[in-house]
Amino acid sequence: MALRISLKINGKMHELALEDARPTLLDVLRERIGLTGTKKGCDRGQCGACTVLVDGRRVNSCLSLAVSLEGADITTVEGLADGETLHPVQAAFIENDGFQCGYCTPGQIMSAVGFISERDGHATAEEIREGMSGNLCRCGAYAGIQDAVMDAQLRMSNEGKS
Amino acid sequence: MTDKPMVAAHHVRLGSNAGQPMTRRDGLAKVTGTATYAADNRPDGLLHAVYVEAGIARGRVNALEIEAALKHPGVVHVMTPDNTPALSQNPDEKTTPFTARIDVLQHDKVRYAGQPVAVVIAETLEAAQEGARLVTADYEVEPARIGFDNGEAFEPQAVGMSTPPVFSKGDLGSARSEAAHSVSAEMETPLQYHNAMETHAVVAEWDGDRLTVDMPNQAIGLAKPGIAAYFGIPAENVTLRSPYLGGGFGSKAVLFGPQMLGILAAREMKRPVKLALRRDQMFGPVQHRSATRQTVRYDLGRDYKFKAMEHQADVSTSSFDDWLDGAANASLSVYAVEAMKASHRGFRFDTGTPGAMRAPGIATGSAVVETAVDMAAEKAGMDPLEYRLLNYADKDPSNGKPYSAKALRECYEEGARAFGWKDRPLKPGLMRDSDGLLTGWGMGTSIFHAPFFPAKARALLRKDGSARAETSGADMGQGAWTALWQMAADGLGVAADDLDFDIGHSDLPDGSIAGGSAHTASAGGALFAAGNDVIRQLAEIATQDKESPLFGAGNERLVGDGGRLFKASDPNVGERYTDILQRAGIDEIEGKGRGNRDKASTETYAMFSHGAVFAEVKVDPDLYQIRVSRLVGAFAAGRIINPRLAKSQLTGGMIWGVSFALHEEGIHDKRTGRPVNNDFAGYHIPVLADVPHVEALLVDEEDPHVNDLGVKGVGEIGITGTVGAIANAVWHATGLRTARYPIKIEDLLERSIARKT
Amino acid sequence: MKTFDYQRAESVETAVKAASEPGSVFYAGGTNLLDLMKAGVRQPDRLIDITRIEGLDRIETGKDGSLRIGAMVRNSDMARHPTLLAEYPAVAEALLAGASAQLRNAATVGGNLMQQTRCSYFYDRHSACNLREMGQGCDALDGENGKHAVLGWTKTCIAVHPSDFCVPLAALGAEVEVTGPDGHRRLTIDDLYTLPGEGQAPGTALRDGDLITALILPSGGKRFAARARYMKLRDRTSYAFAIVSAAAMLQIGDGRIKDARLALGGVAAKPWRATKAEAVLNGAEASEASYRKAADAALADAAPSGDNAHKIELAKRILIRALKSAAAGTPPKMPALPGSVFAAGKEAR
Repeated sequence: MALRISLKINGKMHELALEDARPTLLDVLRERIGLTGTKKGCDRGQCGACTVLVDGRRVNSCLSLAVSLEGADITTVEGLADGETLHPVQAAFIENDGFQCGYCTPGQIMSAVGFISERDGHATAEEIREGMSGNLCRCGAYAGIQDAVMDAQLRMSNEGKS
Repeated sequence: MTDKPMVAAHHVRLGSNAGQPMTRRDGLAKVTGTATYAADNRPDGLLHAVYVEAGIARGRVNALEIEAALKHPGVVHVMTPDNTPALSQNPDEKTTPFTARIDVLQHDKVRYAGQPVAVVIAETLEAAQEGARLVTADYEVEPARIGFDNGEAFEPQAVGMSTPPVFSKGDLGSARSEAAHSVSAEMETPLQYHNAMETHAVVAEWDGDRLTVDMPNQAIGLAKPGIAAYFGIPAENVTLRSPYLGGGFGSKAVLFGPQMLGILAAREMKRPVKLALRRDQMFGPVQHRSATRQTVRYDLGRDYKFKAMEHQADVSTSSFDDWLDGAANASLSVYAVEAMKASHRGFRFDTGTPGAMRAPGIATGSAVVETAVDMAAEKAGMDPLEYRLLNYADKDPSNGKPYSAKALRECYEEGARAFGWKDRPLKPGLMRDSDGLLTGWGMGTSIFHAPFFPAKARALLRKDGSARAETSGADMGQGAWTALWQMAADGLGVAADDLDFDIGHSDLPDGSIAGGSAHTASAGGALFAAGNDVIRQLAEIATQDKESPLFGAGNERLVGDGGRLFKASDPNVGERYTDILQRAGIDEIEGKGRGNRDKASTETYAMFSHGAVFAEVKVDPDLYQIRVSRLVGAFAAGRIINPRLAKSQLTGGMIWGVSFALHEEGIHDKRTGRPVNNDFAGYHIPVLADVPHVEALLVDEEDPHVNDLGVKGVGEIGITGTVGAIANAVWHATGLRTARYPIKIEDLLERSIARKT
Repeated sequence: MKTFDYQRAESVETAVKAASEPGSVFYAGGTNLLDLMKAGVRQPDRLIDITRIEGLDRIETGKDGSLRIGAMVRNSDMARHPTLLAEYPAVAEALLAGASAQLRNAATVGGNLMQQTRCSYFYDRHSACNLREMGQGCDALDGENGKHAVLGWTKTCIAVHPSDFCVPLAALGAEVEVTGPDGHRRLTIDDLYTLPGEGQAPGTALRDGDLITALILPSGGKRFAARARYMKLRDRTSYAFAIVSAAAMLQIGDGRIKDARLALGGVAAKPWRATKAEAVLNGAEASEASYRKAADAALADAAPSGDNAHKIELAKRILIRALKSAAAGTPPKMPALPGSVFAAGKEAR
């Protein structure tokens, strides 16, 4: 059942012709649109590497059918920075060395952006640890990830005030 | 070429870049999603390949049913042993120690579950995946051999890369006869799968007999001729790109069947092909850590000092290759002991072949050694740290050589102070936190070799002052893009920002293997030497140029830094690189370099990095769920090029220690040999909530002998010592020890019930 | 995965009608369904996308004081809902103890109720599995079964239900609203799930075309709001399925238990309401001795289905822990590690 769909990704509409309804959002991003920043780590919702924002909420793009997301507002890691200016979460990940190989990083960053937006007020370290536990990092960059998310929420609240 | 012996490390002055906690040079690319990993490539006309994996662990494929797959819309071809051409080199031939026997549809035998038995090629990924699912196989099944009770035992020729399987020093029997006490730790460790977040992948494109491959690889210099040999083309026809690896941990240093199948598919189809493993396919053809069954026995004198040590390890490998984890060698160079023996016995399981996995041998072995040491400390009634100091080795006990440098005492001291170790009660089961959780403190000693590989690099200085440095080296997350860049900039005496730097490509000089914790020293040493070679040539020009302020200073030591060449004795006397080159009318100077380790040093000294890890665990007193609430490690690894990245490497290794101690276990069904937890829901690695506080301290250490620059590795040592530290902390919390890793809730429960009755 | 037709439903009626055709499956959050489809365990011919149906994503208080949660409400929205947090805190805690934040953002209430076991033999197409196809046999039975059922199993199937969320629902006696080809009906959680029999795989009481439209939390459940906990034992601090888990809800007065609700997770093919244990507790002294008796009663019929006898003891212990935690009082704020044994507090240990 061939079908045409349109997806709004990082503010831009993408018209796509699919042979059938099977492609997941992750595979559409990577293999059909060429937004390869979003990574495939497990393809089963068990690692978080494919995390993107759908209508502002973090989800696993490997477990979302693209066809079901028509009309949704999708944000990937490529859409986070404002031109040359990094999103505070991106900047905090660099500054706090919140990654090593970098493969889980787009998912970690999108998850952190979602995590911070889900909350009123600052999260405690323990809340960050639990809230970011849906993103595996095999290098073990967790110390930096925890510091980066802590730092990012400070950066974001400071920006909000100024 | 600067093959002249350089002065010893403490005389080598690195420039203003090394030692700085620079953020990652590849950070921007990685946080914006623009860093290109192999599977991110999408050449025009790309086809997708997915292989079909064997559903049995041992036997033969009688027949493959491929019609349904071929009928599936989008599927263009199914490769089977019947229609797959022979490779130019038999994939069961081992041409180098780094060659693994691989499965590339060259026969119908099945040697492990998950072995590729067919490849489905399609226009879309979805079609290739479904096509692969539609292929069914009829097998002749032989019983699978999994586990030490079923595996076939054999006497190995070697363990690890090429280490003898048996080692002994001194008279074990007589040392034992003089002993007053004895302890013995018997433990099993499971199969562990590397599981880099990026699965193994390849994008291959042929142009006649020229091949371009995007493939994550830790050893480009070996991979290039290796691929060429399989496909019968000259090595120079292969271009291999691996700018970023999504983790490697040892499993991306070797060529594997699935990736060769992707290249083969591209040649068959005359179109580019992408083949990326599914996560479940990571539990077969791409190596793992051997399972082990170990006994570590220490015999103690009346003073409780070690008199004799015996470490025996049963180690698993596959039925068709011989790689064995050298677990029993982990005990040889760490504590002083009069007589010792280490031995290995191989066991053939019907699994894929194991290989080097982060801290091979030492991680596995030290997990049991550190347990035995704590058992001995308990017997002595001594604090575990005090006891380790009692058995401190000032010379390598296995060969009597002095250590090239060993700041382990300082590691113990600084780690213990940062952790607060002095308040530790001697007896187990005495500490509870404010929430009523059993609390335990344990420690372990970390050790890892400091090897050195012959790497090459090239450096270039141009008339306009711009500079370039390159080596094929690889960044699998350890920070090569940054640390090597810093060293290259220092070799040339320029600021890192003024340097054009490149790694991760087969057209570059062979940067050797990113592995063995040797890459920074090896490739970094080569880059530094290449830069030095440029400066040496530049100095020759300047000192012979009458118009240069350095004219005639040929016998003086000259230094290049900040784009300027000057006298070491008087930095005011000198001039800019650009002035020297422009006056001489030279467009550019090319330098070549190799890192260097003095041969005599290798024979004279034992070379290791050292460390001490202190762990705090919380254990629920009824339910036995465990959490490592605090980990503090102190490490001495020679000169640290980038403290920020070195700490990340070390804490990452320590988290691997948590994973080893509490989580990782590859389980195969004993009847069928198939993996039963081949996904991230079943094969657990830690999440952030498992590692609330992990801290690595860098202890100053000057190693004048290990290599010219005094650099050792930090990538693997973090896991060693940590595993035992956690097991010892669990004992300290509960008074219980288990007989296997990972430490499981049910095992602690069972032992606690047994203790009560 | 197999190709399938995709159809968007605009209303419950059109969804049910479309799904009445054989081979149809509802698509909502997709988190379990796509996982199963990728594994080839489920191979539907047609997906009926119910994400656009108006009105299924509401949380409302009914006239009888019950809380009605639409089937399309996402797990994270439900867990954050102030009424749920105030009145049914153990349900919120169980929701937050499950999966990851990303999965909870996508997974729906209806989908969580309908999720399938994670038995690895069920997922492995090379293994025999009666749940996948009755008559194949059960390879878990003599296989790696340390995490399998200790209650309500037969040799036909020893799988466990993986949901955390359903455990407090079972304890509360929650109900689901179902619309099917034959109209509307209500089922209790206990009746929704069916245990395996001899030659009968476990499953649900739903028929082709049946759509869960809402979950009803009975108003009576609110009386436990001050003493309600969910406790989950797992071998990773977060993002792991339960080894065993328990929901406990208590009403205590003058040191005695006036009313108790208990259920266990990770022990059977359905969330296991521990009615015998509840009976032991009702009227008993609120003490550890009573909780022990209750735990023994809850597991009285338990038997290992393989190498999992430890789960019987652990189930008792998690039940005692949940009871002690509930007796100590619902925490004023959701713990940072919801459902974790590390979040139990000293008085419960």
